[in-house]
Amino acid sequence: MRPVRSFTKTADKVFTMVTGLCASSPIVFLVVIALMVLVQAIPTLRLMGWKFITQTEWNFGSLYGTMQHIHGVMVPAGATYGALVFIVGTLASSVIAIVIAVPISILTAVILAYQVRGRLQLSLSILVELLAGIPSVIFGLWGMVVLAPWMQHSLGPLLIHIGTVIPYFKGPVGTGMGLLTSGIVLALMIVPIITATTRDLLQQVPTLYREGGLGVGMTTWEVVRLICLPYVKDGMVGAVALGWGRAMGETMAVLMVSGNATNHLPQNIYSPTATMASTIASKLDSALGDASKMGVHALAELALLLMVLTLFTNLLARWLVSRTGRGRRMRVKVSA
Amino acid sequence: MKDSRRRSRKVQTYIWWGVAWLATALVLFGLIDMVGSILVKGVTSFRFSMLVTLPHGFGGGLRNAILGTFELVIISIVFSAPLGILGGIYVSEFASHRVANGIRFLTEVLSGVPSIVIGYFGYLLMVLQWGWGFSPLAAGIALTIMMLPYILRNTDSSLTQVPLAQREGAWALGMTRFQAVSRVIWRPATNGILTGVLLAVAIGMGETAPLLYTAGWSTLDPKLSLLHQPIGYLTYVIWTYIDMPYDESHALAYSAAFLLVLVVLLIQVVLRLLVNRRAFGRN
Repeated sequence: MRPVRSFTKTADKVFTMVTGLCASSPIVFLVVIALMVLVQAIPTLRLMGWKFITQTEWNFGSLYGTMQHIHGVMVPAGATYGALVFIVGTLASSVIAIVIAVPISILTAVILAYQVRGRLQLSLSILVELLAGIPSVIFGLWGMVVLAPWMQHSLGPLLIHIGTVIPYFKGPVGTGMGLLTSGIVLALMIVPIITATTRDLLQQVPTLYREGGLGVGMTTWEVVRLICLPYVKDGMVGAVALGWGRAMGETMAVLMVSGNATNHLPQNIYSPTATMASTIASKLDSALGDASKMGVHALAELALLLMVLTLFTNLLARWLVSRTGRGRRMRVKVSA
Repeated sequence: MKDSRRRSRKVQTYIWWGVAWLATALVLFGLIDMVGSILVKGVTSFRFSMLVTLPHGFGGGLRNAILGTFELVIISIVFSAPLGILGGIYVSEFASHRVANGIRFLTEVLSGVPSIVIGYFGYLLMVLQWGWGFSPLAAGIALTIMMLPYILRNTDSSLTQVPLAQREGAWALGMTRFQAVSRVIWRPATNGILTGVLLAVAIGMGETAPLLYTAGWSTLDPKLSLLHQPIGYLTYVIWTYIDMPYDESHALAYSAAFLLVLVVLLIQVVLRLLVNRRAFGRN
């Protein structure tokens, strides 16, 4: 037998090492991104402290005036960075998106999983997943030229009537660019995420359980409601959290339809708004003009906050989704 | 009494299924309305001369943006394809169970980082700290971070699907693990790996947020230099020219959107057909 040449052995070792290095790159990127954003955010952390998340006024200060020293950092006169408006905007628009998207996607997933099959199922699934592949700037463009005018002229005036029951729906509707429009665009963006995950989960429900439901006389819908949906509950919550994280981090679509508010909290669901992500994108020019670099640091803190928020929802989501896959059968057996 | 209860349950079932179908129709309507309105506006405003002319202040052509998008995608693929494919090989072939799951998990986490944060990170580190300025290389690396998880995940999952018997066959011939991967195991996984790379291309073409802070914008053709040269790209045209008050600039934005949707949808449709056909063939 011919012994393995030492060259082959070395090649094997080198290859394993190189692939190992490449496999560690996502981790390196994650750590470097987090560190970079954190380090750059330190000056604003020192300047603003907790006021960063409790104050509504965001002002780059007089960029041509003299600098002041506050808490050991140089800032332009009058500069103050309060991100409450953007935090509220991020949470409000993503929650609106979730409220719209969750029922729609779960119902769509039920249809895709149980009501259609074969070629129709395949093509409908592809169509829904196509939505996930459309660039966000296209969503923004559509929201701007189609959805916003429709909101201003048709849907908004209609929704005002709900205002007598829920005050947040009261007018004025404004230009159609605002919280609700952002929420609808975001909802459309996260529908494919929640739908695809929920559909996959629903297809994992054992046929025996569904047949058991039919066997004791449930209608087809009662089988879905009382057997299938509870079975995939955890995974579904995970899918929703996944969509939520995506909605909070979305930039371009929101930037184009939100109306870019600063310093004002939204008064009703038609108010112009801004999210953390869209603010980072839209304040580029002002930050560039800031000689003290404080604007850059402030935006870095915003990025840090956004990253922490989305990482948290993502971790929660992955944990919940993976929990459904594993050990699920055991627990069902125990509880049944 | 029993009869009326049975009837109400039946009626409820019909109503709920109706609502579910309505929801599906609503999603499809949203998709069709969006793609349709972009395509219609795109077709009516698109001129073939736009492909070869440069933009001016508020109109003109898209040559610089098309070339720039190509350059950025090529740069980012040059980085992300080797990183992702080799990384995927490691996760599927060499890593222990625990390490593999850890890397998979963190890759998912990386794909969940908002694109604007990645762009701003690129701005802080490469544009400012390393002094590259707005440059194709900085933008390409930002895109690389966006695309890497897709390539890694697809490589990993398509390699994992290769039957163990094929590996054992290769090892039994006396191949080392490297030889087994490089001569045998990758062959059945080629389609899956290519799917990942193409998907990443589609994603890279459509991204805007990571580029705002790293690529800048230029109305001139991309230069050969990788550093200190702002570069134009298609998604930027859509975003800025639609905000200008002129019909000509709107036409340019719609045309850019039209081109982008056409290319991205084409890639996505072909990919999903391929992927799903494979999945259905297996069952």
